[in-house]
Amino acid sequence: MSYVKGLKCRICGTPYQVDPLAICEECFGPLEVDYDYDAIKVKLTKEEIASRPGTMWRYKELLPLDGEPTVGLHSGGTPLVKADRLARAIGVRELYIKNDAVSHPTLSFKDRVVAVALSKAREFGFDAVGCASTGNLANSVAANASAAGIPAYILIPDNLERSKVLGTRIFGANVVPVRGNYDDVNRLCSEIAGRYRIAFVNVNLRPFYGEGSKTFGYEIAEQLGWQLPDAVVVPMAGGSLITKIHKAFKDLEKIGFVEPAEPRFFGAQATGCNPIAAAVKAGTRDITPVKPDTIAKSLAIGNPADGYFATGVITETGGWSEDVSDPEIVEAIHVLAETEGIFTETAGGVTLAVTRKLISQGRLNTNSRVVLAITGNGLKTQDALSLVDLQPIEPHLSAFEKLIAGEAKKLAA
Amino acid sequence: MPSTVIIPTPLRRFTDGVETVPVEGGTIKDVFNYLEEKFPGIRTRLCEENGDLRRFINVYVDGEDIRFLDRLDTAIGEKSEISIVPAIAGG
Ligand SMILES: Cc1ncc(COP(=O)(O)O)c(C=O)c1O
Ligand SMILES: [Zn+2]
Repeated sequence: MSYVKGLKCRICGTPYQVDPLAICEECFGPLEVDYDYDAIKVKLTKEEIASRPGTMWRYKELLPLDGEPTVGLHSGGTPLVKADRLARAIGVRELYIKNDAVSHPTLSFKDRVVAVALSKAREFGFDAVGCASTGNLANSVAANASAAGIPAYILIPDNLERSKVLGTRIFGANVVPVRGNYDDVNRLCSEIAGRYRIAFVNVNLRPFYGEGSKTFGYEIAEQLGWQLPDAVVVPMAGGSLITKIHKAFKDLEKIGFVEPAEPRFFGAQATGCNPIAAAVKAGTRDITPVKPDTIAKSLAIGNPADGYFATGVITETGGWSEDVSDPEIVEAIHVLAETEGIFTETAGGVTLAVTRKLISQGRLNTNSRVVLAITGNGLKTQDALSLVDLQPIEPHLSAFEKLIAGEAKKLAA
Repeated sequence: MPSTVIIPTPLRRFTDGVETVPVEGGTIKDVFNYLEEKFPGIRTRLCEENGDLRRFINVYVDGEDIRFLDRLDTAIGEKSEISIVPAIAGG
């Protein structure tokens, strides 16, 4: 049973039927799924949710499927880690990491969006799926399509990290590297989608795809005991995730699951691709596109489609947006690993490095409850790191003792 | 072959389903005027009342976003490919 009323233009409000349609014919604005929140409020209870399996589908009334999900059944349900050691290191009172670095099946939050989009593609009767991707979406579409037995066409920029390409090809998808950057790939995909019946999850299925990200926000609230945090820091590429976490919190207010609150939204980008952060800093919602040049390739979208909405969420909630250099990103990856045992990809490095920057600027209140969105896994972006080579020792106790000479007393049995 | 404009799906109801339209040279503004002549009503979908490009439309000449060029005054070549593309999500 679905609580979806239809699709609605986010700009002019024109209503549409539920179809594989993403763009308003009147004004080109993006379409959004419109729910019957009153009906959900009457029907859905916290007890009911608590009785369900710990996956993203425990919130299925707030997702846009007509029937039961058929793809990505095990996604979601990632840990909200209370990060006390990191909190001390960066000076925050109460800090949490929402850790989608361990998302099933492909180690990024994109598994949430793909679970919804491919389930919806099947409801629409598509025989092929696809995406334009900066890497993580490619991994997830390929894996989920293979598990569902649907052919996938995946277009990526030709400069992606090796492990992101390998982690897509391994699933047997049709992987098409395109000369150029993500924005070139995106343009091509939308032209392909205009001609062939392929469900491009982020093009013609965009309204449904984005809804999957809301579960990242529902889980944060539920894991905090149905409370909202004071602030969230979220990495931004196209700017969809940050707006969907915001929508998730608003949804929970509408159905009476949390007390109304005003969490501040902070958006994180790399300096080498910072169109949204630049707009926020310039006090405008108008995005000036850039040509990306950063190690944070998963965030390298120079022409962010949801930038207008991301700047809206950030400024309306009293948040801010910053960007950080490649060395700052790398350092933050190390800090998170060494304080919390969580190995994140470059996007997570961006999130933590921006958090530190916001603290040093006094923009992020440290005497508050903060959640960092860690959305991807470090094993995928090892290219960005360079550790000095280790020197092997001889297999003798004396060689080991020489190595730990400084620590020997402390370690003595 | 002259230059061509690729019409995006949401605008094809103005063009009777036609996907590509041949155009003469000039600037993007000229191209829009020409499209309006041929397919009345199409320009108000592309531009705001003040003439600016609508927020969620990207226009490319030979793959380059006109915001990196001369915006609506961008000149098109003799065999350019002009794409009108709705903004789409990332990943
Ligand atoms: C790991 C990771 N984090 C964050 C994002 C940003 O997502 P959005 O495009 O919704 O802003 C992406 C997008 O590809 C990503 O791969
Ligand atoms: Zn509209």
